[in-house]
Amino acid sequence: MPSLQLRQIATRHVGPIDLSIGSAQCVCIRGASGSGKTLLLRAIADLDPHRGDALLDATSCSRLPAPEWRRAVALVAAESQWWSERIGDHFDRGVESRWMEQLALPAAALDWEVARCSTGERQRLALLRTLMQAPAALLLDEPTGNLDAEGTRWVEALLDEYRRERQAALLWVSHDGAQIERVAQRSYLLDDGRLQALR
Amino acid sequence: MNVVALSPFDLAVAALLILALAGLSLRMHLGVERPLLLSAVRSTVQLLLIGLVLKLLFDSARPLWVALLATVMLVVAGREVMVRQKRRFVGWWGFGLGTLSMFVSSFAVTLLALLLVIGIDPWYAPQYAIPLLGMVLGNTMNGISLGLDRLTQDAAQRRAVIEARLALGQDWRRAISDSRREAIRIGMIPIINAMSAAGIVSLPGMMTGQILAGTPPVEAVKYQILVMFLIAGGTGSGTMVAVGLASRRLFDERQRLRLDRLRLPRS
Repeated sequence: MPSLQLRQIATRHVGPIDLSIGSAQCVCIRGASGSGKTLLLRAIADLDPHRGDALLDATSCSRLPAPEWRRAVALVAAESQWWSERIGDHFDRGVESRWMEQLALPAAALDWEVARCSTGERQRLALLRTLMQAPAALLLDEPTGNLDAEGTRWVEALLDEYRRERQAALLWVSHDGAQIERVAQRSYLLDDGRLQALR
Repeated sequence: MNVVALSPFDLAVAALLILALAGLSLRMHLGVERPLLLSAVRSTVQLLLIGLVLKLLFDSARPLWVALLATVMLVVAGREVMVRQKRRFVGWWGFGLGTLSMFVSSFAVTLLALLLVIGIDPWYAPQYAIPLLGMVLGNTMNGISLGLDRLTQDAAQRRAVIEARLALGQDWRRAISDSRREAIRIGMIPIINAMSAAGIVSLPGMMTGQILAGTPPVEAVKYQILVMFLIAGGTGSGTMVAVGLASRRLFDERQRLRLDRLRLPRS
């Protein structure tokens, strides 16, 4: 039953922030650009030096080796990044074919060249790449930012299923109010480095 | 065969080339006459000085003086590596990283040559120790500065990729592996090229010097081969050590990429 807790997390102009996300819960954050939404997610993933602490269940971030923490509390960046020629080279553990179908990606997509994929295809593939690591909590930075309405629905449905099946805790940054209505149980506005409850 | 001693007049003839070049530069508005003359004067003075130093050193052959000169050479090379970096590490790392790697590689390789290959008595005889160290150090310096420059530039440019790999739970070694491999390769290319071209395209300076000084060509060639291998060993190991240490230094204890440990490039 993974739950994610933030205790007095602070990084640069953001925080200190306290937040608790129960298992199988999805919490959304919105905020103006530059308000530090990405900084907050990076601090939770321990990619930036920060104050305060994040806990997965009762385990503090600093108690786990950094790579292990990042596999368990996985950040999916707004812009997907690729370092090898072929899509499949980025998947250490192969890919769940059911998820590929759900995102309308053919099985042959693993043999595609990265350079020939559209931004939207890359974003969907990058999400699957992270889900294959079976994270207990997900930090999603505008996961549908480069997708059309149809692609957005596919991703929302997949993430919803993942959350309920794995009891995963989701922290989802979105600028789309309608999307927040659809996916979140709670939502916050990040303003001046503080979280304000939206509903 | 004896060495034809060069008189000051002989050198003056060669210096005419520099003067002619400077004159041409002035007429064609190339603007290189000043640096050209300045560097010509600098090399004359520096070489005369080292000539005098070596003469004193050869006469006395005291280990302390040999060690002192070797230290001066190392420090100057370390500074050179540092100033050639577009993004160098802040603080002592900027100087220490290259200097330490050069010390480990060049000194080890030179010691190996002096003790096991040449085997003269005393092993620190400056006639052998200083020129060998100079050649190994000079080339290792190039390899290390090329490798470090490539690594830090690459890490800065590919920051998003490296952090995406960290975010997927890869450890720092794997996240930086591509940049690291490329940096070591870049550092080793000059010596690999020099070895392939040696004897066909270029006659290496050391060998040419020995032949001019009257050494039988085959003896000179054997020394050149030795020196090439020493240089390759020094450059390769030095570049690997430097790039390895620098890669480690780019990440902190929580395996975060810390580009704030690099100075911003001067524009």
